[in-house]
Amino acid sequence: MTLAQTWSVALVGLEGHLVEVEADIAQGLPKTTLIGLPDTSLSEARDRVRAAVVNSGERFPDRKVTIGLSPATLPKTGSHYDVAIALSLLTAAGAVDPGVLRRTAIIGELGLDGRIREVRGALAMTLAAARAGFDRIVVPDLNVGEARLVPGIEVYGARSLRQVLALLRGTEIPDEAPPRAEPRLVSESLIRVPGVDLDDVIGQREGRRAIEAAAAGGHHLFLHGPPGSGKTMLAERLAGLMPDLSTDDSLEVSAVHSLAGLLTNDAELVLRPPFIAPHHTASLASLVGGGSGMLRPGAISCAHRGVLFIDEAPEMHPLTLDTLRQPLESGFVEIHRAVAVAKFPARFMLVLAANPCPCGLSGTREGICSCSPQHLARYRQRISGPIKDRLDIQRQILPAARTAAEGEPPESTATVAARVQAARDRQLHRYRDTAWTLNSEIPGPVLRRDHPLDKASQRLLEDHYTAGRLTARGFDRVVRLTWTLADLAGLPAPTVEQTHEAFQLRSGEPLTPLSDHRPLKGPTQ
Amino acid sequence: MRTSNTVGRYGEDLAARYLSTHGFAVLERNWRCELGEIDIVAREGDTLVVCEVKTRRGLNYGSPAESITYRKLATLRKLAGRWLQTHELRPAEIRIDIISVLFDRNTPPSVDHVRGAS
Repeated sequence: MTLAQTWSVALVGLEGHLVEVEADIAQGLPKTTLIGLPDTSLSEARDRVRAAVVNSGERFPDRKVTIGLSPATLPKTGSHYDVAIALSLLTAAGAVDPGVLRRTAIIGELGLDGRIREVRGALAMTLAAARAGFDRIVVPDLNVGEARLVPGIEVYGARSLRQVLALLRGTEIPDEAPPRAEPRLVSESLIRVPGVDLDDVIGQREGRRAIEAAAAGGHHLFLHGPPGSGKTMLAERLAGLMPDLSTDDSLEVSAVHSLAGLLTNDAELVLRPPFIAPHHTASLASLVGGGSGMLRPGAISCAHRGVLFIDEAPEMHPLTLDTLRQPLESGFVEIHRAVAVAKFPARFMLVLAANPCPCGLSGTREGICSCSPQHLARYRQRISGPIKDRLDIQRQILPAARTAAEGEPPESTATVAARVQAARDRQLHRYRDTAWTLNSEIPGPVLRRDHPLDKASQRLLEDHYTAGRLTARGFDRVVRLTWTLADLAGLPAPTVEQTHEAFQLRSGEPLTPLSDHRPLKGPTQ
Repeated sequence: MRTSNTVGRYGEDLAARYLSTHGFAVLERNWRCELGEIDIVAREGDTLVVCEVKTRRGLNYGSPAESITYRKLATLRKLAGRWLQTHELRPAEIRIDIISVLFDRNTPPSVDHVRGAS
């Protein structure tokens, strides 16, 4: 046998492509060439594989060895082809029976001593292999957890090349010391939904209402108020109100997290909506994704089907914040680089929090704002109009000391989550024949055509529109929010009361009953 | 020096014996000119084979064949040309082969024949 092939997986974004790893051993002076558009980390595989093969007690062929990765036009990057290359080589050299690797995909990076190191994106790679009809996949021991999440494919974990070879030869599998997990590049607190409950929040009737409505309909949210008033506290409790992820979503979110290196070894599927809170100094690439070579998902993709919370939003660079506009509309982000184009899902709920002004006291009764009008104007402009326009719910959050006296004991997360679930079930039922599941996802024209509001509601909104208090986009957004409020109330269709509340939630006015409503003069936004 | 000469000489003997038992006709051994030396000149059918024999006593410094550099190959090519100039033979093809001989402790010496090194 002088020619052999094995299979591995190349990732472009989240999409896996099966890569054939061929090894040819020909007459000629000892030399190893690696072809098929490898990048530097992959070119180094030559030396890693050579050392690993020799140190695993195997013979490295003393001939001209050519290793080809095909399709040759697909740029390949990363070190996870090592094990496939080693096995292809050893099969070509006759050290492994060529039959046993049929319909088996192989991923893993080799250490010089023959240990197999963990790789990123094992979940997406396993998914690709399973979809391509492979029966088995060999993965690094540390990636077994996530790879096993994929149904319909047998997963073998190995700690070293010796173990894989023993497995293929049917001999006794040697013991190896457990591998040391690579240090995480991200702190785990980023991905865990904070274990907090809504009943910790005292008062904040309007704030609670805002996050309940946001969770129920998937609406973007803007919370502003003086420092220490509880904006962060409320935002952190938002993800807890959302229902568990569906199976498909869960697999998709897990695949993104695997690629981002967020999954731990004992990985289970990500079942809860993720809560991602990047600091306001986050760079553009870290937010939307990018990188050269292997494209990585950014924070917005890690927050897919969950919450992206940006505290102190006006402190973020306006250009960075504005990059969110397009994914906010489309639900995905396409990253174009010279090497490849990657598409990552990014359907997240955006929650922005801000102080009312640089000193934080504007609009409060406790203190006197010391900011100059110019300061104030500049501060408010840092969140651009297009972004603000996409925030369906705006709420001012005032310190609890003032609002705590409102009475009634605070509701717990479980109680509110049950209402949210019921509201989501209603939406799922209403949109069962469409591609959408949430009020916030429905295109305006479809909603207006299939689910028109009643006369009184329409008149109310048209009044606001003519008075300039509502933009055309805002109009549709209020209608969506209106439906969410009706779903929360368990109504078959919204009445003018929900429409009124939806308008107030969006415009940022204090919530007042409809009967008290006196149309404001002039535009409010 | 004496040791390596003895080892090298023994390796070349082994290589020559290997070639004759594998259908080669050994034409000349240790042919020299001012460019250098050809260890073995042999003939396989219509092909002239210029053979470089490399002998080692262990793999600590890599396999014998690995020590053949590009420069050494170029020299062998020149030597092959010079050999043809001085002989009356007109082969259809010329090939440069490497034979690496390995004496490892406790095991019989092994001969590895790389056909067509360039």
